[in-house]
Amino acid sequence: MRLPCPWCGDRDLNEFGYGGDATLQRPADDAPMKEWVDYVFFRDNPRGSHREHWQHIQGCRAWIVVERDTLTHEITGSWPANEMVVAAPAKSEVTP
Amino acid sequence: MSAAKANKAQPHRSPDGGRIDRGTPLSFRFDGQSYQGYAGDTLASALLANGVKLVGRSFKYHRPRGILSAGVEEPNALVQLRSGARHEPNLRATVAELYDGLEATSQNRWPSLAFDVSAINNVFSAFLGAGFYYKTFMGPTRGAWHFYERIIRKAAGLGTAPTLPDPDRYEKAHAHCDLLVVGGGAAGLAAALTAGRSGARVFLVEQDNELGGALLGEAAGAGLAWATDAASELASLPNVRILTRTTAFGFYDHGVMGLVERVADHLPQPGAHQPRQRLWTLRTKQVVIAAGAHERPLVFGDNDIPGVMLAGAVRRYLHRWAVTPGERATVFANHDEAYRTALDLADAGVAVAAVVDPRPVPGGDLLRALAERGIEHLSNHVVVRARGGRHLLGAEVAALDADGNPTEPTRFISSDLLAMSGGWNPAVQLHAQSGGKPQWDSRLFTFVPGTSKQAERSAGAAAGHMTLASALTDGVSAAGAALEALGHALKPIDLPAVEPEAEAVPAPLWEVYTRKGKRFVDFQHDVTAKDLDQAVREGYRAPEHAKRYTTLGMATDQGKTANVNALEVLARARGEAREKLAQTTFRPPYTPVSLGAFGGRDVLRHYHPIRRTPMHAWHEAQGAVMVETGLWMRPRYYPRGNETLFEAMNRETRHVREKVGMVDVSTLGKIDVQGPDAGEFLNRIYANGFKKLPVGKARYGVMLREDGMVFDDGTCSRLSESHYLVTTTTANAARILSHMEYHLQTCWPDLRVHVASVTDQIAAMAIAGPRSRAVLEKAVEGAEVSNEALPFMGVVHARIAGKPVIIFRISFSGELAYEVAAGADHGLAVWEALMEAGQDSEIMAYGTEAMAVMRIEKGHAAGPELSGQTTAADLGLGKLCSTKKPYIGHRLKERPVTADPHRPALVGLVSLEDNKRIPGGAQLVEDPKAQAPVPMLGYATSPTYSITLNKNIALGLLKDGAERMGTTLYATNPLNNTTVKVEVVSPHFFDPEGKRLHA
Amino acid sequence: MTHYSIFSLVKGALCGPGAWSPAWREPEPKAEYDVVIVGAGGHGLATAYYLAKEHGITNVAVLEKGYLGGGNTGRNTTIVRSNYLLDGNAHLYEWSMKLWENLSHDLNYNVMFSQRGVLNLAHSDAQMDAFRRRGNSMRLNGIDAELLDREGVRAMVPHLNFEDARFPIYGGLLQPRGGTARHDAVAWGFARAADSRGIDIIQNCEVTGIRREGNRVTGVETSRGFIGAKKIGIAVAGNSSRLAAMAGLRLPMESHLLQAFVSEALKPVIDTVVTYGAHHFYVSQSDKGSLVFGGDLDGYNSYAQRGNLPVVEDVITAGLSLFPNLSRVKLLRHWGGVMDMSMDGSPIIGKLPVEGLYLNGGWCYGGFKATPGSGWVFAHTIANDQPHPINEPLSLERFETGAVLDEKGAGPVPGHH
Repeated sequence: MRLPCPWCGDRDLNEFGYGGDATLQRPADDAPMKEWVDYVFFRDNPRGSHREHWQHIQGCRAWIVVERDTLTHEITGSWPANEMVVAAPAKSEVTP
Repeated sequence: MSAAKANKAQPHRSPDGGRIDRGTPLSFRFDGQSYQGYAGDTLASALLANGVKLVGRSFKYHRPRGILSAGVEEPNALVQLRSGARHEPNLRATVAELYDGLEATSQNRWPSLAFDVSAINNVFSAFLGAGFYYKTFMGPTRGAWHFYERIIRKAAGLGTAPTLPDPDRYEKAHAHCDLLVVGGGAAGLAAALTAGRSGARVFLVEQDNELGGALLGEAAGAGLAWATDAASELASLPNVRILTRTTAFGFYDHGVMGLVERVADHLPQPGAHQPRQRLWTLRTKQVVIAAGAHERPLVFGDNDIPGVMLAGAVRRYLHRWAVTPGERATVFANHDEAYRTALDLADAGVAVAAVVDPRPVPGGDLLRALAERGIEHLSNHVVVRARGGRHLLGAEVAALDADGNPTEPTRFISSDLLAMSGGWNPAVQLHAQSGGKPQWDSRLFTFVPGTSKQAERSAGAAAGHMTLASALTDGVSAAGAALEALGHALKPIDLPAVEPEAEAVPAPLWEVYTRKGKRFVDFQHDVTAKDLDQAVREGYRAPEHAKRYTTLGMATDQGKTANVNALEVLARARGEAREKLAQTTFRPPYTPVSLGAFGGRDVLRHYHPIRRTPMHAWHEAQGAVMVETGLWMRPRYYPRGNETLFEAMNRETRHVREKVGMVDVSTLGKIDVQGPDAGEFLNRIYANGFKKLPVGKARYGVMLREDGMVFDDGTCSRLSESHYLVTTTTANAARILSHMEYHLQTCWPDLRVHVASVTDQIAAMAIAGPRSRAVLEKAVEGAEVSNEALPFMGVVHARIAGKPVIIFRISFSGELAYEVAAGADHGLAVWEALMEAGQDSEIMAYGTEAMAVMRIEKGHAAGPELSGQTTAADLGLGKLCSTKKPYIGHRLKERPVTADPHRPALVGLVSLEDNKRIPGGAQLVEDPKAQAPVPMLGYATSPTYSITLNKNIALGLLKDGAERMGTTLYATNPLNNTTVKVEVVSPHFFDPEGKRLHA
Repeated sequence: MTHYSIFSLVKGALCGPGAWSPAWREPEPKAEYDVVIVGAGGHGLATAYYLAKEHGITNVAVLEKGYLGGGNTGRNTTIVRSNYLLDGNAHLYEWSMKLWENLSHDLNYNVMFSQRGVLNLAHSDAQMDAFRRRGNSMRLNGIDAELLDREGVRAMVPHLNFEDARFPIYGGLLQPRGGTARHDAVAWGFARAADSRGIDIIQNCEVTGIRREGNRVTGVETSRGFIGAKKIGIAVAGNSSRLAAMAGLRLPMESHLLQAFVSEALKPVIDTVVTYGAHHFYVSQSDKGSLVFGGDLDGYNSYAQRGNLPVVEDVITAGLSLFPNLSRVKLLRHWGGVMDMSMDGSPIIGKLPVEGLYLNGGWCYGGFKATPGSGWVFAHTIANDQPHPINEPLSLERFETGAVLDEKGAGPVPGHH
């Protein structure tokens, strides 16, 4: 398997570390426990297109987001992770 | 021996012809018997030249077996090669190149190949049908299988494993190419030449020792002449790399191909500085698979007797090696191409008794060609059964009735060679490995490559183009398509004018039914058509079930000659159209690959890199006993005289507590954290606060995982307003760095912080003991180290031996202690300077054992306590966790069970029995004599003998630990039948007030 | 059904293949069942078998999208052991071990359960302590365990690298009752025994949806039409998330790829199951003579059942560092399976938050050895609509409460378990 690092180009699998689902959003610090449990433990785990975190550990050390099909391993995109962050609110929006 | 004499000794060698070097006769031994062959021979061709037909025994019935094929698909002729540490089992004689002095032995037989006691299995074969072992060996008692299994295991297996480490070396190579062409036959050469001339970077790999493929096994002609020219032109092209003796064994994701190059297997042993084999990882942009085809046997009675061979293989032995594998041959085939074997044998002077063909009439003018040579033609006939024992006597032949079923055999045709062919199966293995699904071809009655899932296309016989002319043009067009995808303009090549030839388009005949004899489908595993029938009848109808139930296709040849025939038999047994059945999955490797090739140079001590600290040589020079700590080597203790580990550990501990010692702590992870938001970042990473840590101060910190469990601990020092230095445990250094980078890049990209590992850049040493300040005062320049200037948890920049250092007043031992950090290049100089300065104070180096003793005495959690299963509160660090700010893990540590106050907590344990140590991993129980399951309250994590206290102590994790202080429990170790009565105490055994480290 | 014995073999030999009857029927699905088990792997088939045998529930269908036993049951490295540290796991695997010990008789099918021992090697004092902790915990839980020193290991496995090892062998933890079983035979034996008790095993029947009324299941949509069910048990390890998603649920797991390997057949050379302590590697020798081995996950989410070259190199290199004498032995085949990697490395067997829906999954790469025990407790859970005390700790709720069963302490990173 070869992964496209946005900085270094196509590189071998064994240069990378895996970080799992990249669509998760770290909850607000005071978010309800259920949100935190979901974030830490529960996953969509799709068979098909999957956006996931990888780190180019043996290369530029950047965390990246790769879009990869988990059934065929076909890769359809990659981005620097810090451009793909869905910013979490500093505090959860508590409705009164 | 002279060449003439050598030839005379080989009764089945033709006087001329063949691609062998008659000027280089070679001696070899098979089962102790000496034979002669020539350079260019395989072991199989040389054995056949010498008239040796019995080569091996089958897996289950131990039937005599000979040589079926002339290639990698060989199921029968497996031998053991070489001896001693170079012993190699299960080698196919058909691809083992002959060298002078080669020694081979047959396998899976006892006491000898000719007389094998286990052949009795053949007599009892009726009891040993498909899956027989699932139905018996269950009694009379429950343990019965254990008894039978030992006998079965000894009977099973093929060759024997070597018992000595491999003396040979293996290498790994890496490369990229535009186009990989797999196979150097007609199609592969055409593809490679087309692409090579067009300027693409081409790899051409061929498993054989020379290019040419099937052409090497045919009578010389325009095709072979062209191939020779093409091979030399390719060799001259700088953008083409040719690897012979190289197998493309695995097609992985994204065009990555695994190749194994057998650099020295054709030699008695590798030359100096030469590896035995080389594993290539090749990153390809395009692949042309021109891997050829494998011939199908026909399934009839006793079709495994030595002397029954594949028709194409017979031709190959004849032309390539000038070997006539028999004196009187019969050919049994269902297509025209195999007639060439009859004609070529006759032309070589071999008597051909008959050609047996189930079809009414062959194509072209083959009948005339047979007649010209006086070969009888039996149309509408089949071979029902071969006869013979250790070698073939002849074939029983029968006519087919109007429904195409064989009638009673009417003739026995005496022959010592039966050349059979049921058509050819394209080598679709790599295509399938790449994700493609082979499709049924109703013209060739076999599977051809389906839709490509990766950038690959098959060409030539591998794509079902079975004539030379079509293979050549297909090779060119496959290369053309690859070049187009690569954006290269195609430069055409000239193809030779080849004569029209008989094509292998078979009639649909796979098996001939007979009640007599065994009709083998998978030769090596002794799977017969009857076994498959039985599997279907018993419900194992899915091809995968039938395969697994009968073990079909699971032998060393992975069913290369068996799989398609098996599907036919299954389809017939199921009463269904064969198109409905899919082949079982092809898996890498295409042919078996030595494990050594995957290991490369990473064997023995080189398995993983060894990390050494900058002071490593010093420790060794002092006679330190080094110990593996992850990848690192650390000094465990420095024995003096005949000291044991225990004595040295006690001496070093006592010396530090009473005087001063120094230990190398360079292996600790060190991470440099810089940026305006570094304080905020560390506040989120650590459970305790770091934003307000003053410059020039260190603080102990604990990090949690997001699930609230302790991740790691260490110190963090603020070197300037925006610059911190974090230390981690040795084990977690890499993980913590990634963890920090992850959060910076994926969660908090707004934080202006950079992190970098400086573990390898910094040498660190801890100097501990009441006299440590005195040593520093002597050695340090440019800074004060007095208690006032450098109080506990203070940090200063200074120089030692002229080298810049940072001095941290921190303590792991509980003594007055300092850690000195220097650049890695200066580590040894600083270490030696401190040793020198410490002479008056009687400084002594200590190792990890004494270090561990002192941290246990002090109640510091370390590896065994930081098990990933403990919370900060479990380790007595609950109060450290901030309540004023959020941090990683702050939320989930509040889950009910995570926050449960009754969880096992860190305690101290003292042995109440004189001289009885508490074993590490002893479980803490109230009643050591209770019956299982015994409630376990906790366990001893870190035990030691404390010379300071003259007690056997341990740290432990204990449920309701705080409430059990002062009570007694039992630390039980049933593994060794020992139990120690212990008292539960505070984990801070030594100087709990911390007077010494503040001194 | 033909009762298997030496006598049936004699009859088979005399009468030919006609003497044998099918091991299982190929029934058409009925319109409705009391229980539908999704997945005819070892776990699903065992569940059905024990539903019939222990609870008298026989109106049961086991639905299989391909052929029975075609998933991880037929892809694993066949190791059976119960050498677990944490109580929640130890009791399940030990119960399973007890069932294994009588399984061939119980099923009248030789599953070739071979108690040749499972030996975990240790390569440091700290690891010896960790093994002592585990072994003592096993013993106190009534499970067999022995701690071997270096010489004890040498006597058992003489070809290990004792001379020039990067990570020297200090000793090992042995479970003598551990061993191997013939994986396909387990699926086939359970299938035959379940079928004989009236359970319908329906192959080539893929579940495509789970139908609910309110918060209660009513049946499954399949490639062969709707099949009604009062209760649905999911036993599709590797694909648990997909099935749960059909009921609108997410699970604490990722599907990962694990490769397995066999060598060519050899005469006996390794007589026990050996696992490496310095790296992920395990090996045993099959009765046929092949070395069967495996190691680390490929390390990324995958449903592909085919892995990549770096892990092939990594696993084999680890093996050679233990057995330098095997360098000239040849790799015959390697393949991949899809693992439910749960967030704490332990399985989930219990009720899901939809009435009538039960999950048996999250086996990581340890599911095979649990097959009989897992089926037994899952059958109990389905039959009684509540877990057996053995699988109570294996609930889905443990992630919310914090009562996770993290044997390795690796944390919520599925690929690290």
